[in-house]
Amino acid sequence: MLPILLLFSLFILLRGHYYPGGGFVGGLIAAIAFVLHSFTNGTDDTLKLLRVHPSAFIPVGLGIAALSMFAPMLVGQPVMTGLWFNEPFPVIGLIGSALFFDIGVYIVVVGVVLTILFTISQYSE
Amino acid sequence: MLFAILAGFIVSLLYIPFGRFLKGRLAVLASLLPIGLFTYFAAFIPDIQDGASIAFHQPWVPSLGINFDFQLDGLSLLFSLLITGIGSLVFLYAAAYLKGHPYLDRFYAYLSLFMAAMLGVVLADNVLLLFIFWELTSISSFFLIGFNNDNADSRKSALVALGVTGGGGFLLMAGLILMGHLSGSYSIQEMIATNEYLKGHALYGLILLLVFVGAFTKSAQFPFHFWLPGAMKAPTPISAYLHSATMVKAGVYLLARLYPVLGGTDYWTYPLIIIGGITMLYGAFHSIFRTDLKGILAYSTISALGILVFLIGIGTPQSLLAAAVFILVHALYKAALFLTTGVIDHETGTRDVTQLSGLRKVLFPLAIAGLLAALSSAGLPFTFGFIGKDLVYEATLHTDGILPLVLTGLAVVTNIFLLYAGLLAGLKPFAGRLPERYSAIHLPHALMWAPPLLLAILGIAFGAFPALADASLLNPAATAMINEAIDSPLKIWHGFNTVLLLSGITLALGVALYLARKPSAHGLAWIERFNPLSPKHLIASLTRAVHRFAIRYTRTLHNGFLRVYLLRIIIFAVLLLAFRLFSGGAIRLIPDQLSPVGIYEIAVVGILVAAIYLAVTSTSRLTAVVATSVIGYGMCLLFVFYSAPDLAMTQFTIDTLTVVLFVLVLFRLPSFLNLANRGTRIRDWLVASAFGAVIALIGIQVLNQPIDDTISKFYGDNAYVLAKGKNVVNVILVDFRGFDTMFEIVVLSIAAIGVFSLLKLRLKASEKE
Amino acid sequence: MELLLVILIGILYAAGIFMLLRRSMVKLLIGLTLLGNGANLLIFLLGGITKGKPPVIDSAAKLFTDIYADPIPQALILTAIVISFGLQAFAIVLLKRVYVLINSDDLDDLNTPEEEDI
Repeated sequence: MLPILLLFSLFILLRGHYYPGGGFVGGLIAAIAFVLHSFTNGTDDTLKLLRVHPSAFIPVGLGIAALSMFAPMLVGQPVMTGLWFNEPFPVIGLIGSALFFDIGVYIVVVGVVLTILFTISQYSE
Repeated sequence: MLFAILAGFIVSLLYIPFGRFLKGRLAVLASLLPIGLFTYFAAFIPDIQDGASIAFHQPWVPSLGINFDFQLDGLSLLFSLLITGIGSLVFLYAAAYLKGHPYLDRFYAYLSLFMAAMLGVVLADNVLLLFIFWELTSISSFFLIGFNNDNADSRKSALVALGVTGGGGFLLMAGLILMGHLSGSYSIQEMIATNEYLKGHALYGLILLLVFVGAFTKSAQFPFHFWLPGAMKAPTPISAYLHSATMVKAGVYLLARLYPVLGGTDYWTYPLIIIGGITMLYGAFHSIFRTDLKGILAYSTISALGILVFLIGIGTPQSLLAAAVFILVHALYKAALFLTTGVIDHETGTRDVTQLSGLRKVLFPLAIAGLLAALSSAGLPFTFGFIGKDLVYEATLHTDGILPLVLTGLAVVTNIFLLYAGLLAGLKPFAGRLPERYSAIHLPHALMWAPPLLLAILGIAFGAFPALADASLLNPAATAMINEAIDSPLKIWHGFNTVLLLSGITLALGVALYLARKPSAHGLAWIERFNPLSPKHLIASLTRAVHRFAIRYTRTLHNGFLRVYLLRIIIFAVLLLAFRLFSGGAIRLIPDQLSPVGIYEIAVVGILVAAIYLAVTSTSRLTAVVATSVIGYGMCLLFVFYSAPDLAMTQFTIDTLTVVLFVLVLFRLPSFLNLANRGTRIRDWLVASAFGAVIALIGIQVLNQPIDDTISKFYGDNAYVLAKGKNVVNVILVDFRGFDTMFEIVVLSIAAIGVFSLLKLRLKASEKE
Repeated sequence: MELLLVILIGILYAAGIFMLLRRSMVKLLIGLTLLGNGANLLIFLLGGITKGKPPVIDSAAKLFTDIYADPIPQALILTAIVISFGLQAFAIVLLKRVYVLINSDDLDDLNTPEEEDI
């Protein structure tokens, strides 16, 4: 179940620019995937599977999002200008800085949700 | 000139890094500043004597009319010299008086700050600039009164002084702005040119009221006088400098300065004469009952300030000249008396006049200073005080139409009391037999007795040779007030006339009073019985009443029950919104604009309503949580129906997670208790329903408005062209409004950190019970 | 349909407020959720509801050719939903912590005597 849901969440994330979906929803779905895993196998197992504590995701995601915001400045354009590769990629379509921003959002959402839920479930036990 | 004024500010800043070097023997160096400034201003005497006035202009905020405009004329010069001259002596005196004090550097910093601010007040030509300096004097005075900050009384007095003068300053600001606004300029010189317009304006009375209150609070006029005796908690050099010679005269200065702009009308004259008259009598009367030397001086200062206001109120050339003379006279003898008192206090440890006598045997130079100052204040012939008193009587006698008899009588009675107070402070401690316990006292350092002696000698010298100060200082000062030359040189001897007779009566009665009446604790107790009626106590009880009211008010509104707050807020919001809604015309719905209702939608709405009902009424936690999540899924379906797939997906996932969250936390808690009685529930239902109804009505009302879709169109049109995305919602989130999303994920992160730390932090000791 | 939704919003608000006025902290939380839903729906409705036309540009076109649902309220609500999750999580944990401390769900038990004598 976990790999399928994760794959689905990535799919939702990547197609977000063209069809309904995006970082928020993708991140939430991924989080649900892990929560379900923890329900069946216990929180400790899920944490082991993740290798790092989910709270570590938060700064990573924030960093990616912030980088994608400020990246255009490196090429001399105002902050948050969309940058795009010229050639479309299969399945995903065009790749641009907005995508990286969305990926950042995705990672933050996963991190936040899992941090909250795992902290609570560990506390309750 | 700008530098001369700012020098004090700069120096006071320099005390921060370098102050500690000045604490020892070098403290005397601090007085280089006032001495230098005194020399600087003294150099202007010849120019001013020739009738010139020196102007300085430096733009600051020209768009608001605030500029560094300074004007040095006779009046400003008189005050500048007083400020720097007495300042020099006080700086020197304090070096000995506060020798070894741990905060000596702080003291000098405040003092320099004050001196600069005071110079600013008397030199500023721009009323807003004047106001800024005016407030700075209040603030530095606050610090100086509270200088002994380990004493609760000092702190309280400082606060009272700041409150009174600050409150007056507030009104003064209003008055000055009004003046500037009406006359179109904030420059006093330009206001003088348009004074007829100001005096004729409908708001003239209001301007006067505001300016008067500002001046009265600063110059301790009745009924705002009570802060001044309290301000005597400051070290004596401060009392001598700020609360007798300079700062308290700022109000008098202001009135004198604005006399050409606002003065000369009945609205100007009568309030000033009445308030000044009451103040001078009240202060003088109170001073004779005090036993504390500083208390005597404080009340006689109040009285003297009353005389000055009184004279400016009369507004004849004689009275203005008398005011100028009296300012100088009073500054000289009162500062001398204060400094003398300071030494007595310093050496004997008491200021109680009933305890002190015979000190001339141990403090001889001070006895001379005290005697000379007392003589000057008594107005004996050949003292400067004599000339001052003479002019006061002459001024009151030469008033026309406004009861010269009453005014002169008032002045005579006041002067008798003042004379008594002067003798009490300057003569009584030194006369008579020296008590045993004071025989070991030695004369202190010359820095402590030379300044009062110098001041007292000056008072005599100006009296014996009035030409010394007349043409150079006093005449220009009076001229600046009335804008025309005054041709009446000061004389020691006017011949035998009414004025001399009055002086003689004053002197005789004053001396008689001194010989007949001994100050005693009994008299003090007698006068203090009237304390409950004094303005100080009335204002204090008013303050307490306001305080009590605030406590009760807060207790009622802020009673610690969340739902009571909410209830009030909601009721208020409902009333406000409903009023706005129903006063705006009929509410109607245009049926043909509505979209059709399908069977699915009705079903979904029905489920939602049922779930809400369940969530509200259920007594089981779990049922309520499940019902809540059903509401969430219902919302999700609505989003699906109405073209919001993104929302539906988000709502669905969030809802799932919320359920998990609730279940994780709540399933171990007990079921609901029914904590409210029936009445409360009905009341809450009514309020809640009213709110819901108002919101619904607002919804209907808004539906009637045409939707402005330019922004949506912009996003729709540009989503692909500019941002290369086809899901417009997502494009808005990650591109057009990317910053908002960035902040949103930051907020989420903070929430996660909050949860994490709330639960992960171990229970502290207090929580372990 | 709008009329129905308006009534639903009114009910959501009324129920939310009623729950906020309870003494139980759990009820307060549920009230917050209800209010949030009501507000989301209100924003959604005020943007104008359109059936079956999501604000997604057709894959063949570069611009909208047909009418489409207003994307702005949707973007707003999407943000609001996610934020409200953060809020709820925080509030629930706060509640839990309070419950562990004072062993009560009653808000009035939070008023400690010290606050009284200000």
